[in-house]
Amino acid sequence: MNFFKTTAASAAIVLIGSTAYADCGLSGGNVNILGNEFGAIQALVAGAKECANGSVTVESNLTTEHRDIQVAAMTANPAQYTAAIVANSSIVPLLNEGLVRPLDDLIAKHGAGIKKNQMISIDGKVMAIAFMANAQHLFVRQDILDQAGVAVPTSYEEVVTAGQAIKDAGIMEHPFAMNSKTGWNLGEEFVNMYIGTGADFFKPGTAEPAINNESGVLALNTLKALADLSNPDFLTFDSNATQALWEAGDVAIGQLWGSRATGMLDDEGSNEAIVSNTILVSAPTVGGGETPASTLWWDGFTIATNISDEDAEATFVAMVNGMRPEVVAANNDEAVWLADGFTPGPAAAGVFATASGGARPYPMIPFMGLLHSALGDELSDFLQGNESAEQALSDVEAAYTAAAKEQGFLQ
Amino acid sequence: MPHRTFFWFILPSLAAMFLFIALPIVSVAFQSLYIEHEQVLIEVENCGPFGCENETVVDAEASAAIRDAEPLGRFNGLGTYFDRGHLAAAEISEAWASRDSFGGFMSEVMNLPFYRALVFTLTYTFVCTPLIILLGLAIALGVNGLPKMLKGPTIFVSLLPMIITPLIGSLILFWMIDAEGVIGKTLQVLFDDPKLSLKASSTLTWITLIVYGVWSSAPFAFVVFYAGLQTVPEDTLEAAMVDGASRWERVRYVVVPHLMPLVVFITLIQLMDNFRVFEPIVGFSASANATSLSYIIFADLRGDIARFNSAAATSMLTIIGVSILLTPVLIRTWRDFNRKGA
Repeated sequence: MNFFKTTAASAAIVLIGSTAYADCGLSGGNVNILGNEFGAIQALVAGAKECANGSVTVESNLTTEHRDIQVAAMTANPAQYTAAIVANSSIVPLLNEGLVRPLDDLIAKHGAGIKKNQMISIDGKVMAIAFMANAQHLFVRQDILDQAGVAVPTSYEEVVTAGQAIKDAGIMEHPFAMNSKTGWNLGEEFVNMYIGTGADFFKPGTAEPAINNESGVLALNTLKALADLSNPDFLTFDSNATQALWEAGDVAIGQLWGSRATGMLDDEGSNEAIVSNTILVSAPTVGGGETPASTLWWDGFTIATNISDEDAEATFVAMVNGMRPEVVAANNDEAVWLADGFTPGPAAAGVFATASGGARPYPMIPFMGLLHSALGDELSDFLQGNESAEQALSDVEAAYTAAAKEQGFLQ
Repeated sequence: MPHRTFFWFILPSLAAMFLFIALPIVSVAFQSLYIEHEQVLIEVENCGPFGCENETVVDAEASAAIRDAEPLGRFNGLGTYFDRGHLAAAEISEAWASRDSFGGFMSEVMNLPFYRALVFTLTYTFVCTPLIILLGLAIALGVNGLPKMLKGPTIFVSLLPMIITPLIGSLILFWMIDAEGVIGKTLQVLFDDPKLSLKASSTLTWITLIVYGVWSSAPFAFVVFYAGLQTVPEDTLEAAMVDGASRWERVRYVVVPHLMPLVVFITLIQLMDNFRVFEPIVGFSASANATSLSYIIFADLRGDIARFNSAAATSMLTIIGVSILLTPVLIRTWRDFNRKGA
């Protein structure tokens, strides 16, 4: 992966970084930012707000529910928000409806500090500027693995063996944890596992699902083996729950979000013994696959179509100001930043290893969201042992097909 | 009250009901008959931090042109109502044709999201409603018999479950029933089963949700019954006592018949409320084991792509379901009303 080579190299340049952005040089415009709520985005938005002056207003609404309001809010004319902070999946509905504008002109004018690999381009037009990367990867407890006499796993088959060894040694009853809450989280686990087999989700060139195959069964059976090593409540586990389990020392191996690493490695919520033995490694491969079974995610900003050019320009300048090297350097451990100024620390190791192992990005396909929802809703029966893998996969395809017909993707 | 006066008196509420209840329902019914336009898809090269891939995208301009021409979408008639996400006509008839036993047929039906949700919704409604009425009555009778000094504090404590926002109440209980939580751990010790988890199995999740439903709604029944108890005629009660009726007999033959109209009222309200069960499913993260019709609507509207038409169809089916449930109770009330009028 080339994205981190440039990142690491540019870290050095940062320290010489300029303060050219300190005064944003704006003469007018309104900026209103909609986005998810976590440390990195808060830092970015705080940086953007420094551009506010007598004639420029900068406001924001940061909420974990941002995905549910973004389409309605940006369909309005003029749009409620001038910028939306999105990820691979949540940009898709905005693109589908043409609610975000190409940024090429603005980049030419104000985007000197933006690197090529931060630009999300669709059909040659840059539609979003990414500022951080994320991925699920393995968290392991070195002390527990040593105690059970197993090595750090590199494939899911080894994860299962290692988990079983820990269980058999009587060290932990439920050594494994993943975010497997019914719904989006569970869907994401399947997407990660399935993408690790190298198979495609859809028949090429169509919106027809293609997951009911050997790769799908392999992915499901692997998830089942992992679920058997998890706490029986696994269908209620989201990131908050798994982080708490980890910090309590109840788990030895976890496939968890890289963005949680900072919180898990800090000196709050856990103890020294657990934190110092927590190591972050690449997501494992599955079924002899060559790339890690995980999807790569980026977070970036987009600018609304339905706003004046003046507001769009002000928004772009403010957002760029929010991700200038000083902001990134000051919030270095909040994320795996793609923007200049980032010095990779221990919390970034897992995401870096996963990306450099060649993991694929989460597909930016218009109908992927429908398949993801269907997966999240239909797989819990199988994981509870109530139906076969083939039945579960055919349920997913049927649920997806009904939804895709209704949305006009399938006839 | 003369009819004219009555009309002017009720006009504001009629207008509000028309604007905020009738019109939205008509709009939802209308949307449920349509589906999205065919999407114009093209394949382009997308690039990002992790390299370039050829991916399908929606041709936003072409799609917008189609949408502007017909903003409602494509007319689909009752198609959405009978697709797999709703009544699943084709799947049901196929399951019936290929059945080898009735049990096999039922398990295929229970595999369909709408029926799975319906079965839980109905179970919840029919188990919770009578329990709420019984418990509410029992609390009301108990509180009514307390010395005056204790009544105030007892009423306050009894009302607490209703005062707590349902979502917050269920979330707090969700943490308490966790295997590490105070209730979860106590149950493990009581049943001497270290693996007991209220969240893992369907049966236990259903029981948890129903217990929560009774706990949170019983205060409502209690308050209504308690108010009703203040109007029980003393004369009749004393006459019954003179006749040698025990406390139980006085309740059975004097108090309960007097409260009967309130029982009908609470039944109506609770049938409606329980049929729309939603918050505890979110609060208890129970969707793996229990979903309700309201939860399906919620799930359709969340996520990256909101499925308005599907949600509209489920909403209409919910309204029809509530109407069917309420019909017997309403018929009974109507008959009583006519009898009294005669």
